[in-house]
Amino acid sequence: MAGNPLYNAQFLDHAQHPDYKYQMDDPTMSHEGVNPSCGDELTFSVRLAADGTIEEAAFVGSGCAISQASADMMSDLMVDKTPQEAIELCELFKRMIRGEETDVDLLEEQLDEAAMLRDIAHMPARVKCAELAWRTLQEMLEENGVAGAMSATVSAACNHNHDGEDA
Amino acid sequence: MLTSEQLAAIEASPYKADFPLLAQHPEVVFLDSAATAQRPEAVLAAERTFYETMNANPLRGLYRLSVEATASIEQARNHIASFIGAVDAAGKPQGSEIVFTRNASESLNLVARTLPQVVGLGPGDDVVISIMEHHSNIIPWQQACAATGANLVYLRLDDDYTITPAEMEAKIGPRAKIVSVTHVSNVLGVENDIASIAARAHEMGATMVVDGAQSVPHLSVDVRQLGCDLLAFSAHKMGGPMGIGVLWGKAELLDAMPPFLTGGEMIDSVTETDAVWAPVPQKFEAGTQDAAGSYAFDAALGYLQGLGMGQIEQRERLLATYLADQLSQLDFVRIVGPADGTRHIGAVAFNVEGIHPHDVASILDMSDVCIRAGHHCAQPLLAYLGESSTCRASVAFYNDKQDIDALVEGLKTVWQVFNGR
Repeated sequence: MAGNPLYNAQFLDHAQHPDYKYQMDDPTMSHEGVNPSCGDELTFSVRLAADGTIEEAAFVGSGCAISQASADMMSDLMVDKTPQEAIELCELFKRMIRGEETDVDLLEEQLDEAAMLRDIAHMPARVKCAELAWRTLQEMLEENGVAGAMSATVSAACNHNHDGEDA
Repeated sequence: MLTSEQLAAIEASPYKADFPLLAQHPEVVFLDSAATAQRPEAVLAAERTFYETMNANPLRGLYRLSVEATASIEQARNHIASFIGAVDAAGKPQGSEIVFTRNASESLNLVARTLPQVVGLGPGDDVVISIMEHHSNIIPWQQACAATGANLVYLRLDDDYTITPAEMEAKIGPRAKIVSVTHVSNVLGVENDIASIAARAHEMGATMVVDGAQSVPHLSVDVRQLGCDLLAFSAHKMGGPMGIGVLWGKAELLDAMPPFLTGGEMIDSVTETDAVWAPVPQKFEAGTQDAAGSYAFDAALGYLQGLGMGQIEQRERLLATYLADQLSQLDFVRIVGPADGTRHIGAVAFNVEGIHPHDVASILDMSDVCIRAGHHCAQPLLAYLGESSTCRASVAFYNDKQDIDALVEGLKTVWQVFNGR
């Protein structure tokens, strides 16, 4: 569709040919996210490096183009981020998608390609689709306690050297 | 396929002018009437007229305005009764068999909460519903079964989306106390043979409840011909206001059912320890009712009858047939339900190959084509059919061929967006 602001070639490339959609070997943690009302479901996995940063991000699952493209863009963005940075980006994305943060320069600088999803703020029925991956990642990081106080199991699992995020 | 005469009959819609939203927004292609219909000017005017000329709290007032408000409710009841064939042998409408609720969902909840006591539903008994029910006709019965120890039994569909007589006999047996089935599926658009299901239910001594939310707006429903005991439907799918629903029931059954909600207006007398219920239908209508809504619903029925339900049904059948035919011709679209367009009352569900229904609906919305996408509050049906979600287009008499052509063009665009030319 000519001039379609959302379903453009770049977006569709993420939706139809996602780089990060695969089953990860040896994830540090995985978490399932579901939108019961639309049937979107994805399992998001990350592997943390020895320094605690996200070394690898990937997802599997099914859903609409928005949920899939959003997950792929997010995965790309999260590589090399600390869990705390990841959570802050998730918060920023959610503010964008709810129309609370509209500074395009800031969004593009922080969220990179995912900033293109900002028009979904005008499509309330699709907000949940766009948020699914981000909500899933944030829940996983918070539930595993890696963002603040590192849990023993996750610490041990990734041989993590906690580098001073706020507990 | 439609003949050229039939196509000419649906080429344009003379009715859109009666609907302010459609008249003022000619770009809107509204194909979601199964969710809610548009409202004609006559209904909007009636709502205003009520508040301008007869606004007072009905039932209890001893002054003229309140009396008029009360009379308007009783007039609406009689009109609704006659609309669905709830009349006595002399043809007199049985308005007292019409209970106002907020919507069909509330009507079904009322039944599921009060009928079990009347029929003595208990452990080992069956409540029989169909797999094509809306959640509104599933969850209340799940709750009733959980409360009483009864079993919830599903009538399933054959490959032709039909509940066969063999299935009726197999599932509706001597343990059946309540059978509650939708007249028309809100997803598939198919009409169930309620008369046969009701006959089987009665043969087994069960009470027959019908969800008419998708049939009363489109077909000439006659409760005597259906042979049901209770019928639930909503005004808002018939051009009436949102927030008005109806439960029709046979008088002796409504009399036997205990109250659902209690409080003001539904009692004859109250002491410190006890209360005496008002007669039906007030027994089921606690609190101030939406009198303006029932007055406006009355006007909606008048509008529909002015067009003629037979005319409406005939036109809607042509539209649904054309819709199904056109969708069948798109090789990337798969109809979920019968391919035969004449089997569809209003609604046709479909999927676009490899594209999630929500993406289809969002892209169609960019060209102002309004359809539904998702599970349509019928998750057990979709699971049974092996679908996680579907698109659904639904027509009403005010639609025309051009609306359906716009949908088809929109679907081609959807396909091009995802797959290039």
